[in-house]
Amino acid sequence: MTAVIIGIGNEYRRDDGVGPALVAAIEPCLPDGVRAVLCDGEPAALLDTWAGVPLAIVVDAVQCEPSSPGTIHRYETGEVPGHPGSASTHALGVPDALRLAQALDRVPDRLVVYAVEAADVGFGTGLSDPVQLAFPELVEAVLAEVR
Amino acid sequence: MSHRSRQLKVSSLARVEGEGALRVVVNDGTVERAELQIYEPPRFFEAFLRGRKYTEPPDITARICGICPVAYQTSACLAIEDACGVELDPAVADLRRLLYCGEWIQSHALHIYLLHAPDFLGYPDAIELAKDHRDVVERGLRLKKAGNALMELIGARAIHPINVRVGGFYRAPARAELQGLRPQLSQALRDALATVRMVSGFTFPDLELDHDLLAVRVPDRYAIESGDLHSTSGLSFAVGNFSEHVVERQVEHSTALHAALDNHLYLTGPLARYTLNRARLLPLARAAAVEAGLGVECRNPFRSIVVRAVEVVYALEEALRLLDAYVVPDRPYADVVPRPGVGHGVSEAPRGLLYHRYELDEDGLIRSAVIVPPTSQNQAAIEDDLRRVVGANLDLDDGRLTALCEQTIRNYDPCISCSAHFLDLTVEGR
Repeated sequence: MTAVIIGIGNEYRRDDGVGPALVAAIEPCLPDGVRAVLCDGEPAALLDTWAGVPLAIVVDAVQCEPSSPGTIHRYETGEVPGHPGSASTHALGVPDALRLAQALDRVPDRLVVYAVEAADVGFGTGLSDPVQLAFPELVEAVLAEVR
Repeated sequence: MSHRSRQLKVSSLARVEGEGALRVVVNDGTVERAELQIYEPPRFFEAFLRGRKYTEPPDITARICGICPVAYQTSACLAIEDACGVELDPAVADLRRLLYCGEWIQSHALHIYLLHAPDFLGYPDAIELAKDHRDVVERGLRLKKAGNALMELIGARAIHPINVRVGGFYRAPARAELQGLRPQLSQALRDALATVRMVSGFTFPDLELDHDLLAVRVPDRYAIESGDLHSTSGLSFAVGNFSEHVVERQVEHSTALHAALDNHLYLTGPLARYTLNRARLLPLARAAAVEAGLGVECRNPFRSIVVRAVEVVYALEEALRLLDAYVVPDRPYADVVPRPGVGHGVSEAPRGLLYHRYELDEDGLIRSAVIVPPTSQNQAAIEDDLRRVVGANLDLDDGRLTALCEQTIRNYDPCISCSAHFLDLTVEGR
């Protein structure tokens, strides 16, 4: 496996489902050697999924203040901010999972995080308009990483 | 009389499943209020389920929680099978229990190692713990992975399993597939025994609960995936009578609804299960409990971490037993034909009792759904603990008192999915 794309989130929490939506959209057009997987953000599962993989791409929703919903942020290992306010339902978000992975030498060779600013993480299905509008750009950007 | 007012703000109640907010008000040395604010997603799901087909609740309700989807799936299946008058083939029922063992192992391992142990070992989180005690955190992750492996094989996915259906499973694994897990589960059992030894050496604050304890019980096993309800006060009733005994009510000191058992405070979860069902543990788990110093009952919520560790030993012993006894069922599921009526299901989620009730119409559509999750049942007991813990520790500075409150909440491994955010501790004239 050369790369793994990890979609984090819960599709029953509106924009928190952007990671799973990306996995569903991208799965049919992945090059050989690239996997796309769903993850609820639970750190042990993240570590298992990305440990030792040449390239891991994590896609998650974030809540920001002030917020411009639909904005796509891209970080590489070393740039991941300490507490970007993960919108996942778990207390240990991606930054903490990364720190845990570093403490245990379970990191991918290279990690890229796509964080999409959420407008709505309330209960319900479907992305908000601003996130839906940004979605094609997100798919294109992630595919470009693995081609 | 001196009056002092302080307010602490902590950016979130860390290391619980989801996020919660806590407000404690102390006035002149008396704890006036301790409110744990929880927004309960099951309420949303109850509305969401109305008008859906009777086959859908296992998949829909699994999404309420990423840590205990099997509990939601199992209670949902039980309730619908009850409504439709279906009994499972014993081999299928055993497979359901084996899947549930996987969830207990992974959920308890996560809570013990990544969420709760740092409190006892003096670390802010599992990451700092890993820097000094890498072997400890590695062991926790190894254990969790063993639970995940069971869930992946039987449920076809580690989170939100997709192989579960009303009446059983879409596909039953081959015997050889399950046997393939034996080495991993055997190693996990050794890790689980080491876990009991580790946590039994922690220092536990004094706190003894006198609440009633409520758990599911079956005659011949430590109850997990089904059973009747029993309490330490001597109550005993079938799941069909759950809503006659467990009633949610408004209370003065909190805005949240609190569940009461026959009008009194009660607790579900590891302490209740251990106290009511200890005699039904398998030999290794029972010996581990004795070695860990657990008596015939356990009423100190800080020791719940020890009970969880013993339950991981049990779940692995039981998983290995079920795996060896496994015979591929003739059919992986029973046919479930809908009929109008009401069904009830209850099972032991890792953090406590999870009750589902569905009413179906003649077309198999859901007319009403009720889900009573463990955290809302335990909320009154958690708040009662907080009042006592704060009252007994008013000499601590705000930082240490806040940390102790968080540890107290984590004793219950609460599953709080909400968007609330601040821990406000207002202390007046203490």
